[in-house]
Amino acid sequence: MATEQPFFLIDDLHVEIEENEILQGVDLSVKRGEIHAIMGPNGSGKSTLAHTLMGHPSYEATAGQVLFNGEDILERDPNDRAKLGIFLAFQYPLAIPGVSTLNFLRTSLKAVKQEEISARQFRKHLLDKMDLLKISREFAGRYLNDGFSGGEKKRMEILQMAVLEPELAVLDEIDSGLDIDAIRAVGEGISSIMHPEMSIVIITHYPRILHYVKPDYVHIMVDGKIRQSGGFELAEELEAKGYDVLLKEVMQASS
Amino acid sequence: MAVTEKDIQESKKVYKEKYGFADPEQAIYKAPKGLDPERVIEISQMKNEPEWMLNFRLKSLEIFNKKPVPKWGADLDKIPFEDLSYFVRTTEKQGTTWEDVPEYIKDTFDKLGIPEAERKFLAGVSAQYESEVVYHSIQKDLEAKGVIFLSTEEGLEQHPELFRQYFGTVIPSADNKFAAMNGAFWSGGSFVYVPPGVQVTIPLQAYFRINAEQMGQFERTLIIVDEGAYVHYVEGCTAPVYSTDSFHSGVIEIIVQKNARCRYTTIQNWSTNVYNLVTQRSAVYEGGVMEWVDANLGSNITMKYPSVYLMEPGAKGDILSIAYAGDGQVLDAGGKAIHVAPNTSSKIISKSISQHGGRTSFRGLLKIYKGAERSKSAMRCDALILDQESRSDTYPTIEIEEEQVNLGHEAVVSRIGEDQLFYLMSRGLSESEAAGMIVSGFIEPIVKELPMEYAVEMNRLIQLQMDKAVG
Repeated sequence: MATEQPFFLIDDLHVEIEENEILQGVDLSVKRGEIHAIMGPNGSGKSTLAHTLMGHPSYEATAGQVLFNGEDILERDPNDRAKLGIFLAFQYPLAIPGVSTLNFLRTSLKAVKQEEISARQFRKHLLDKMDLLKISREFAGRYLNDGFSGGEKKRMEILQMAVLEPELAVLDEIDSGLDIDAIRAVGEGISSIMHPEMSIVIITHYPRILHYVKPDYVHIMVDGKIRQSGGFELAEELEAKGYDVLLKEVMQASS
Repeated sequence: MAVTEKDIQESKKVYKEKYGFADPEQAIYKAPKGLDPERVIEISQMKNEPEWMLNFRLKSLEIFNKKPVPKWGADLDKIPFEDLSYFVRTTEKQGTTWEDVPEYIKDTFDKLGIPEAERKFLAGVSAQYESEVVYHSIQKDLEAKGVIFLSTEEGLEQHPELFRQYFGTVIPSADNKFAAMNGAFWSGGSFVYVPPGVQVTIPLQAYFRINAEQMGQFERTLIIVDEGAYVHYVEGCTAPVYSTDSFHSGVIEIIVQKNARCRYTTIQNWSTNVYNLVTQRSAVYEGGVMEWVDANLGSNITMKYPSVYLMEPGAKGDILSIAYAGDGQVLDAGGKAIHVAPNTSSKIISKSISQHGGRTSFRGLLKIYKGAERSKSAMRCDALILDQESRSDTYPTIEIEEEQVNLGHEAVVSRIGEDQLFYLMSRGLSESEAAGMIVSGFIEPIVKELPMEYAVEMNRLIQLQMDKAVG
């Protein structure tokens, strides 16, 4: 039945960077309203997956497909993917000096929605989202990520997600480099935006953020492939055992 | 981000349609080609000048002939001096309403949006077509306060004493070869005087248009801002696209008296067959402020370094410069600050962008003379290079004869990175929109200094340069 179809499907995805194969056949199936966590040690290919899903030119998909609403998006430019409703929160957001957050987000929203939005209308939209996420309104006038702290940059990624209202958000290590309070702020922000028509793929090394953004499914990625999947209890198991022990078990099971 | 020949042709086509259209030449007088002294005498006679001015011109021509073509900057060896016409007259009489201006010339300025801008946000307008000002206006209330805004010829005729007191004092013809050339052939430009304490709060605008092929335009502007007064003068310029070269060599002299302030903004958008060699200099007296905002987008070769001479204590000079060089362009720009008196301060800030094999050079001079103690200066140049074919160079010169001074100097060269583009594209922007956004952010610190209407125009012109260019 059509309603049973996952709206986002990664099928046997292989990806190379400069002729090194990083992803070696990733499979993932996401339905509307689901939160999936992809966890794994450093170097397992998590960020490569995030960049590939958004279409970074340095990452070449050599096999497999990525279907979004039934359409293979691998040949599409990043901006087209954004227009389809895909959003990537960056692990390292870039600064654009001289461009205010407000102007940037208005241009971005107009591009993504492909319609005019009056300055006044947009301002209200932005300020509502800032209030919701408890982000100081002063950030609207500041240059995008220019001179922001690590935590501020991550919160701005969540703000961008809130403003652009994607159908699918891929969050690449949104918790990295943050202290406990900042993780809570970011985590609570994400859950306040989440709604039943939206799906999230949250990529993380540490389980802590998952207490605020509780995943329906947890996947463990090692060496460019998802080796084990489960429910939230898999994250709890990882938290209790640590990567060393868990990975040994996982690799034994899969060999 | 490969740029094809087709992309470049496309962006040139857009310039051609918007600014680079040509009217059939309908000059009522076009001087024979060449640099003969007879030409100089002829110009002076046609303008009914006093004898001192004729002598000034002839002396300037002598200086021009003696000085060699400068070798230290862009390549000027191909300037076709002997093939240019040095004086082109299009109308007998300057208009004070647009109805007085010949129809085809009025059409040109209509297309360029000048009368519209005049109605909306300008205090006065001067429109120069070929060698002379064809239209001139100033708001009545400013005139009543004693503000003078005339063509330079009218200034000489109507205010001979004031004119002679200052003319050629800030930039003598012996200063450089092209100042001498302007001294010999000058025609058009503005004469501005703002009486003590008068604030001209909305800008005066001058627009320079070259239409004829192979011509030399020699704008000469003299601005005197008297004690405690303020004026903002804006100049713009465009020309048709020809396969032959034209030449623009302006001289702009500004005197900023005690506690006065002057801002001079240039948005230079010549077609890429124009040599643009301009000398701009200001003498600033006690507590006065001079601000140059210099944006160079067009021309084949530009060499232009607005200067401030800080003559008395407390004088201040700011130079903000933007250059955007595309295919085949060499934009050699920057600024000079000369500190003569104590407690003076200066700032030179330059932002340059090069693309499609264009080349920008920043040339900055900071000179602090003995006795100019407790002076402050900051020089900063940022260059953004958009592709592998393009180039940017920096040539700062700092000469300090005084110990008690405060100096800062910084230079940063950067390229647009793939990751920056990817970040913006992931937010829905196309590659060229993303690059455009990075560029407009880069120049924002200078654009925000422009009046709103010009900031909008500036961003539009930048977008035009970018369109189809990144693909």
